[in-house]
Amino acid sequence: MTEEIAAPPEHNQADNANNHEQEYCFQLKGGLMPMTVMELYSYDYKAFNQRLKKLVKQAPSFFKDMPIVLNLEKLDEGHESIDFIELTDICQAFSIYPIAIKGGDESQQTASLIAGLPQIPTQKIPPSKQSTKPTNRSAAEYTQTTQVSQDQHPKTDPPLLTEVQKQKPNNKIVTQAIRSGQQVYAPEGDLIILAAVSPGAEILADGNIHVYGPLRGRALAGIKGDTSARIFCQRLEAELLSIAGRYKVDEDLKQTQWKKPAQTALVGDQLQISCLP
Amino acid sequence: MAKIVVVTSGKGGVGKTTSSASFATGLAQKGYKTVVIDFDVGLRNLDLIFNCERRVVYDLINVINGEASLHQALIKDKRIDNLFILPASQTRDKDALNQEGVQKVLNTLSETYDYIVCDSPAGIETGALMALYFADEAIIVTNPEVSSVRDSDRILGILQSKSRRAETGSEPVKEHLLVTRYDPRRVSKGEMLSIEDVQDILSVPLLGVIPESKTVLTASNEGCPIIWEEKSNAGQAYQDAVSRFLGEDIEHRFLSTSRASFLKRMFGGH
Repeated sequence: MTEEIAAPPEHNQADNANNHEQEYCFQLKGGLMPMTVMELYSYDYKAFNQRLKKLVKQAPSFFKDMPIVLNLEKLDEGHESIDFIELTDICQAFSIYPIAIKGGDESQQTASLIAGLPQIPTQKIPPSKQSTKPTNRSAAEYTQTTQVSQDQHPKTDPPLLTEVQKQKPNNKIVTQAIRSGQQVYAPEGDLIILAAVSPGAEILADGNIHVYGPLRGRALAGIKGDTSARIFCQRLEAELLSIAGRYKVDEDLKQTQWKKPAQTALVGDQLQISCLP
Repeated sequence: MAKIVVVTSGKGGVGKTTSSASFATGLAQKGYKTVVIDFDVGLRNLDLIFNCERRVVYDLINVINGEASLHQALIKDKRIDNLFILPASQTRDKDALNQEGVQKVLNTLSETYDYIVCDSPAGIETGALMALYFADEAIIVTNPEVSSVRDSDRILGILQSKSRRAETGSEPVKEHLLVTRYDPRRVSKGEMLSIEDVQDILSVPLLGVIPESKTVLTASNEGCPIIWEEKSNAGQAYQDAVSRFLGEDIEHRFLSTSRASFLKRMFGGH
């Protein structure tokens, strides 16, 4: 999901409340609301129908009665004209409702208007949103998802479901001991373990790692490059600690807080281990 | 419905087969109809411990392949009535095992037996996976040394992720820790991991501690499960372990060297 600007917001919440009881029966307001955009790369009845069917099957409730905007900006050049009435029909069969288009050439815009889909003025993406390395996940949430969908090659499946989950951190809680040879990974979030991590086990997270038991295996936090990630443990006996690719092994680890509660953070280019407050 | 108990360890040579034999015998002694299956296809040993190697005609693989009936392959123990042995094939390898075949054998045995003890081969490959897949309970045999403990930890992870109970999401396999070849003298000298060290890493309830004993080797060579040696510490420790497995609350013995036993050892006693 990504944001779509329908019109510049002119009033804030307080103004709205004050102007509410007027003699008019309605008033036009600017609004900024989240909207799912369907980026069209090519259009072919069969392929479109198939892809949509597959997506809806993955999360029927997510797509139920969903309004969408069709983005034609990424459409293959020289693509033949699109039957927007047919396209709308397919979408509606899956309870998805196209409400407008974005981009497209003049003939496409005319055709879409006939099908009842007006055009939304195209917005330029500000340069700040072009960043490819979002290190702070919470701030980069939206830009990251926009980036992902724009970088998609037409042939690959856009990760629509994970985009939905990205709205909140995808933390993982494990209550069972992690044994030698086992690997546990918490993508897009923190990993919380309420048991021991045995030697020879490996725990990984895109975010922080918390171990409320002895940490005797390998722990790797911020593996997608989040340098602010940390590792917390009740008893540090790890074979290896790593944050955003910088690591320390057993021998170095034994210098500080060994067999004691510890936290590990990345300070500059160095892993720093300290006691828990 | 029989209870399926796997005796496993990951590492080889820690006493899986010795423990399987004694454990199965112990259950039979307590009056339960028990069958012990050798899953170590290609490296058949269990029959030697029971001294029934010359009575092996058909084996587990024959039964799986439908070349023999279970009745033909099962060998009745010569010492106790309600104990049967299902030997492994010596001429085949572990790939001859398949899940459907093993399941069929276990299902049939389940109808008439109280306990099915599966003697797992070492390693984490097909043989070991087949032996543990259908288990309800697991006895993890560990020697008090780091590599054995590490391998036991690995097999515990496999039990938690690759057993039928894990795959179907039912109640997890009940785990028991059996520490074998424990030598309190070497522990006190710091040459061997203590029970506390082992438990600290594995955190599995302790079923029993079998002390290091020369009688174990002698009994094996004579083809007699050590649990029959009532005077031996190891034999008694297996008796205790079986009783604990069946729910009795018995204090652990042979964890430390008392002065008396030390003097006895000095003068050639037990």
